[in-house]
Amino acid sequence: MTPPSRTTARETKLRVQGVNKVFTRDGKSVNVLEDIDLEIRDGEFVCLLGPSGCGKSTLLNIVAGFTPPTSGQVYIDGEPVTGPDPRRIFVFQERGVFPWLTVEGNIGFGLFRLPPKEKARRIAHYVKLVGLSGFEQAYPAELSGGMKQRLEVARALAVNPDMLFLDEPFGALDSITRLLMRSELLRIWEAEKKTILFVTHDIEESVQLADRVVVMSARPAKIQRVVEIDIPHPRDISSPRYLKLRDGIFEEIGLAHKV
Amino acid sequence: MQLRRWEPTVLPLLTALAVLAVWEIGVRVSGTKVFPSPAEVGRGLEELLRKGLLWRYTADSLLRVGSGYLLAILVGIPLGLALGWYPLAARAANPLIQMLRPISPLAWIPVAIVLFGVGNESAVFLIFLASFFPILVSTMTGVRGVPPMFRLAGANFGLSIAALLRRVVFPAALPHMIVGLRIALGIAWLVVVAAEMIAVDSGLGYLVIDSRNAGKRYDLVIAGMILIGLIGLGLDIGMRRLERLKSVRWGFLND
Ligand SMILES: Nc1ncnc2c1ncn2[C@@H]1O[C@H](COP(=O)(O)OP(=O)(O)OP(=O)(O)O)[C@@H](O)[C@H]1O
Ligand SMILES: [Mg+2]
Repeated sequence: MTPPSRTTARETKLRVQGVNKVFTRDGKSVNVLEDIDLEIRDGEFVCLLGPSGCGKSTLLNIVAGFTPPTSGQVYIDGEPVTGPDPRRIFVFQERGVFPWLTVEGNIGFGLFRLPPKEKARRIAHYVKLVGLSGFEQAYPAELSGGMKQRLEVARALAVNPDMLFLDEPFGALDSITRLLMRSELLRIWEAEKKTILFVTHDIEESVQLADRVVVMSARPAKIQRVVEIDIPHPRDISSPRYLKLRDGIFEEIGLAHKV
Repeated sequence: MQLRRWEPTVLPLLTALAVLAVWEIGVRVSGTKVFPSPAEVGRGLEELLRKGLLWRYTADSLLRVGSGYLLAILVGIPLGLALGWYPLAARAANPLIQMLRPISPLAWIPVAIVLFGVGNESAVFLIFLASFFPILVSTMTGVRGVPPMFRLAGANFGLSIAALLRRVVFPAALPHMIVGLRIALGIAWLVVVAAEMIAVDSGLGYLVIDSRNAGKRYDLVIAGMILIGLIGLGLDIGMRRLERLKSVRWGFLND
């Protein structure tokens, strides 16, 4: 038996109920998501894993309120989602930072309701948290890919959302930076107690990060299996348990883990 | 090729000297009594300076361009933002815009005179028209070219539509708009000179036409032309400076 995850006792944060998505293009309709049901508990880190083009981004966009589902409903804190909301921020790949604003300007972007003093304090806090000290006045064009990614995460965290949606946030980074960013994200997640829904098509990444990995099948995407990753952080990625879970997912997707 | 430091200033100066030399030789060899030599034009400029006309005419022309151009910005940018934002409105307005745009501002002179009489307002109106369309169209296309990701990211932070336009769409479209603003200023300067030939009694355009009509002072005609050219060059250099501001330079980095 696997020991219970430390999040099992928490209440439901997000519920996806019978969500379908059909796109029509050139008169043909494509069924992208089929009957998706998913529950995420408060404070949980969930990875959506699936082959390219299966509909992960589509699902994330629906959950974030950017696109309406064709049928079905998404509930957050028991309320139906009808549009984007600053309580839950979508992090694009680093391309989502605003190139016309400095690091400070980007991080402070969502803080327009705060008095200037509080705003400055928050900006300073998050500049430090994501390790961009000394770059406050720099523009994104002067930053590396990893720095831009951290900047976008800082901009999201600064408005103190209770959920983060990340769509392959580290996909464009080199493998060393990607590893560093993963541990930074985990550090921030543990410090700030956010609920995180993280899209990836990297199996290793999902097993390193998530409390649960939601494996999606190819189009029309269904939830094929949900794998509980019951290893405490920091995770030893050569432990038998890690390897077993990882290989289980490789098998689930139908890949022999050999090159 | 790496430019040496002196090249960007010295090379154009050499070209100017060569042109002056050809001009001087041309005047001497042909023995013309009408066309002035460079030295005569220089004395003409000095005369304008002495009478205080040089600054007054330049200031009058710049003021007209400034007013018309500013009006065009005040109307063109908000309208362009709105038309870029609402595709349906753009579809409704676009044929009209595309039909009005190719009409030379000079063809509007009779209309301007009917509407505003002979005088300053007419000239300002012509400049407004001339700079309005490039500003409007570049704002519209700039807005439509804003990556959806920026809009979504902005909307995610709970911005109203007005705030989204001001804080995301406008700055995201600005690099594209600046190109339109620069073209518009160039056209505005072309048009002010033409408008002053007809509608007013001051300014550099007036100087050119009046010097010819009242006394065939071709030295002043050429002096006026040179001033117009130099100021146009200065305006363009100023606009290019804007493109190097950090808050818009990102839009030009990979072009
Ligand atoms: N606006 C749209 N109109 C029509 N079809 C779309 C639209 N958006 C996505 N699709 C289709 O839906 C399918 C799923 O796309 P989606 O971007 O969600 O996949 P993904 O799982 O995120 O893939 P990747 O891992 O490559 O990012 C694709 O086949 C895509 O062509
Ligand atoms: Mg995707």
